[in-house]
Amino acid sequence: MIKPENQVSIPTRIPAGPRLSIPLRFRDRRRVTILLTLIVLAYVTLMTLPTMIPNHFKLGAALVSFTENIKIMFLQPHLANTTFVTLLGALGQSILLAFLTTLIGSAIAFFFALASTRRLAPTYLVLGIQSFMAVIRAIPTVLWVLIYSVVFGLGANAAVVGITFHSVAYLTKVYADSMDELSPGIIETMQAMGLKKSAIIRQAIIPYLIPSYLSWTFIRFEINFADAIAVGAAAGAGGIGYQLFMSSSFYFNFHEVGVMVYMILAFALVLEIISYRLRSVTHQ
Amino acid sequence: MNSDVQQINRFFSKKRFRLTLIIVILGMAYVGASIGLGFQTHSLLNVQDGIAWLIQNFIPNEASKGYWNEILQQLFRTFLVAVAATTCAAIVSLFLAIVGAKTLTPAITVSWVIRAFSSLLRNIPIVAWAMILLFSFKQNDLTGFLALFFMTLGFLTRAFMETIEDFGTEKVQALQATGATYLQVIAQGLLPEIAVALMSWILYMIENNVRDATLVGLLTGTGIGFIFNLYFKSLRYGAAGLVVLSVIILVVSVELISNLIGRLLS
Repeated sequence: MIKPENQVSIPTRIPAGPRLSIPLRFRDRRRVTILLTLIVLAYVTLMTLPTMIPNHFKLGAALVSFTENIKIMFLQPHLANTTFVTLLGALGQSILLAFLTTLIGSAIAFFFALASTRRLAPTYLVLGIQSFMAVIRAIPTVLWVLIYSVVFGLGANAAVVGITFHSVAYLTKVYADSMDELSPGIIETMQAMGLKKSAIIRQAIIPYLIPSYLSWTFIRFEINFADAIAVGAAAGAGGIGYQLFMSSSFYFNFHEVGVMVYMILAFALVLEIISYRLRSVTHQ
Repeated sequence: MNSDVQQINRFFSKKRFRLTLIIVILGMAYVGASIGLGFQTHSLLNVQDGIAWLIQNFIPNEASKGYWNEILQQLFRTFLVAVAATTCAAIVSLFLAIVGAKTLTPAITVSWVIRAFSSLLRNIPIVAWAMILLFSFKQNDLTGFLALFFMTLGFLTRAFMETIEDFGTEKVQALQATGATYLQVIAQGLLPEIAVALMSWILYMIENNVRDATLVGLLTGTGIGFIFNLYFKSLRYGAAGLVVLSVIILVVSVELISNLIGRLLS
């Protein structure tokens, strides 16, 4: 190879712009956000943890008594103040409460979701309903039940209405979110064909929505079951939660608590199996 | 042509029949459940009574202004406890999830043990947790922290495990082929890839725990839940309304912040 005598060289140009360069990894917005969030969380946690342990607190003794109670609960469950049949009835009541509130909640939430999806509704309606629901969601279920138990009196009415409130707010959001995922092309095509809104909802939105509708409703049923127990304990609304509350904070009988926890776990196992089956069905 | 029309008609009438059947079954289930519970449907129509009562009684009055200090203090404590519980649970459950995920687990039995453990933690009702802990740890913030911690641990372990399993085995195998060790695969391959998903789970759990902290507080006699119960049962509705208002503001602002972080992450 012959080399030219005078090599032509193109001078490399220094790129324009500020000379100071930030390392590439710090310019990644995600990385910085994750790092900052983690730092804030770690800081808050490290600051809080030492202040949580009160003065003159014997951690060792507490841990020993905790493991003791857990042992009593799981290894020696037996009944003293109630019968198994009563508890079974109470469990049934909690399940019914969860079922009923999910049913009412999903029916009401479906209409709210139609009125607050970006695919069908005007923006002011979407924003209005969604922020109203955010406020309702922000109030814990127990507070709703407590408030309604003053208005309606203690009992099933207050529990159902209170839990339904939260369910409606939750389900409206998730239904509307899954409706938003529907591509606008489908609705535009149907509108171009001259179909009315009701027909669009029946023929395009509902068939598209069924899998996510089912899975979200089922998730809400699980949440409502947990809520039904909590509400029974904290607001005296009956069911297995009330029995749990009575035997743990009135009779201090952890043997009995163990029986109830086993019953609840058995039902939770059934729910888990159903949810697994549901997932494999809807994924097909 | 005629048979086509017939077929279409049959299709639609079948569809309509099925829809009617579902509605009838659900309606019957509704009636059955209502009778079983002793729930009267007309109370659904009286929902506005509750709202009206709320507005009438829960409007904070002059007297309730004196409670601001205590409420804000307890609200802040509750928030800190919820965040600390979520963060601690997230750290532990990340380890459990890595060891338990089917794609990374050292032995399949370990995976099943961790799965069962997290399911157990999730399904023991929070009432039972609160009561057992209250009995051993007495009435203080630590009790609320631990109750939230156990619930969150169960939930996040499952969520993280599913996230890791969605990550797939191909990338792990590719890294292993380059000679990376187990720890290197996790630190360099897995964690950066799933960090965004994990972050959004953690933020969701913080939101949830701030809400649940009220319930736990009500049961264990700590934090914002306790003072709500105190004011509510001593008929100081104005102050109780103030508590509700402050909870709403806290939860909504936590939700807004987590939405903002979510947008920055996407």
